[in-house]
Amino acid sequence: MELDSIQKHLLEEIADLHAIPDGAYNIRSNSASAGRRSTPTIEITPKADVSGLDIHIKAGGRRESMHIPVVMTQSGLKETVYNDFTIDENADVVIIAGCGIDNCGMADSEHDGIHRFYVGKNAKVKYVEKHYGSGTGAGKRILNPGTEVYMQEGASMEMEMAQIKGVDDTERTTTAKLAAGAKLIIRERLMTHGQQRALSTYVVSLNGAGASADIVSRSVARDDSFQRFDAKIVGNAPCSGHTECDSIIMDRGRILAVPGLEANDVDAALVHEAAIGKIAGEQLIKLMTLGLTAQEAEEQIISGFLK
Amino acid sequence: MLELKHLTFGVDSEGAGREIVRDVSLTLPDGRLIVVTGPNGGGKSTLARLIMGIERPTSGRIFLNGQDITEKSVTERARLGIGFAFQQPVRFKGLQVLDLLRLAAGRKLTPADACEYLAAVGLCARDYINREVNASLSGGELKRIEIATVLARGAALSVFDEPEAGIDLWSFQNLIEVFEGMRRNIRHSAIMIISHQERILNIADEIVVLKDGRVDRQGPRNEVLPDLIGTAAAVASCRRIL
Repeated sequence: MELDSIQKHLLEEIADLHAIPDGAYNIRSNSASAGRRSTPTIEITPKADVSGLDIHIKAGGRRESMHIPVVMTQSGLKETVYNDFTIDENADVVIIAGCGIDNCGMADSEHDGIHRFYVGKNAKVKYVEKHYGSGTGAGKRILNPGTEVYMQEGASMEMEMAQIKGVDDTERTTTAKLAAGAKLIIRERLMTHGQQRALSTYVVSLNGAGASADIVSRSVARDDSFQRFDAKIVGNAPCSGHTECDSIIMDRGRILAVPGLEANDVDAALVHEAAIGKIAGEQLIKLMTLGLTAQEAEEQIISGFLK
Repeated sequence: MLELKHLTFGVDSEGAGREIVRDVSLTLPDGRLIVVTGPNGGGKSTLARLIMGIERPTSGRIFLNGQDITEKSVTERARLGIGFAFQQPVRFKGLQVLDLLRLAAGRKLTPADACEYLAAVGLCARDYINREVNASLSGGELKRIEIATVLARGAALSVFDEPEAGIDLWSFQNLIEVFEGMRRNIRHSAIMIISHQERILNIADEIVVLKDGRVDRQGPRNEVLPDLIGTAAAVASCRRIL
């Protein structure tokens, strides 16, 4: 399938893709596959019963990469996609996902991606997911990602999630269950503007000795937008967990940070930090003494904060 | 050249007006380093902030190279060539040292260019260039990075508000060397340092003592400094810091 220029632009925004990527990939465009390639270590098979993919990643002795971007340019499209990742013991993979919606029409466009990760013993996964919306139509751009992570002993996973522009409504739900020695790192960056709404909920259970989780969200809420960051870590064994929500509010933006720590083991060490505030006046003045206007200073502060 | 003419700054304090800077007139010619000293609460930092435009005077005028800049904003004054180092440098989450130096220089700096500024303030550039300007930096490190941003601006007039405040003795020794280096390379620019430190007063061409918002004394270092030694206006570094 040929991609048009809007679809190509979306691919650049969400996956830095300018051409067909190396390694395994599946490009989904307007609910159909626009190209797919498996490799000897990464096998991609379409699901028979529902929309989505079964992805099997084998240990290949080196770090593999795969791209699974989704682009939508048809107004009014609504889809739910189930992707299951099985990552073998000792495998090492970078997965670049992401969804871009361009909606120029009146009807809402919605992509609900349900990702399940079964991460084998000592396997390493890096997962990068970017969300992006564009188009001038009154129809909303809606993305509801659901992520489930099951990590076996010694597995490690790093998730980078970014949604900087153009998505009207998001409900992100992430659950993870970690066995002994498993390590989960989550970095979320979010900016909302206009009337946007973004809800992000995490429940991470540390079930084995030595499991650890570190969840850090940095966000900016501008205009009349609303965000809720709800991160819960449950320590069921000797483990360590840390969540942090660091936010800038501007204009009439609103943010609700809900800390949640549950320790069910005396050796569970759990920490939560949250800070919400506007840009400090001193930061603006400092950059103005370097010759920036107030508006340029604000842009620099925000882009640095979300970098 | 900087000229202050009858500069006054007052605030409302519990309904009563209070003047923090009173009728200050000063001239700072190019090629000179002036140190403004005096007791705490004497109006020194306020004077520095008035020059940068962070505070606006109640009355009086400020001229830079003959141009009246009294009504100019902070941004405009920066673009006209005033650099300012804060007494308490600001931290930025996410912004890296290199970003800040690039913004200060107003152009694309190669890491090698940026390293020159960091080396000038005694920091090993390789260790710092990609560091975030956040709480992970110590007070002394932050202070030196603040000074590096002023160096990177190449300003016609550089104002330093109590560069010694909040840093340890070891950092202070290095800082003196930085200012000595700046003094040697002053060329056509001018430097104003707000300080109590004897060693900084020692490199001044001229010293101004500000007391109760007024110029109490003003003159060449060799005339003014001997009378200040041992007073709150000029303390030895170990006494003040330890």
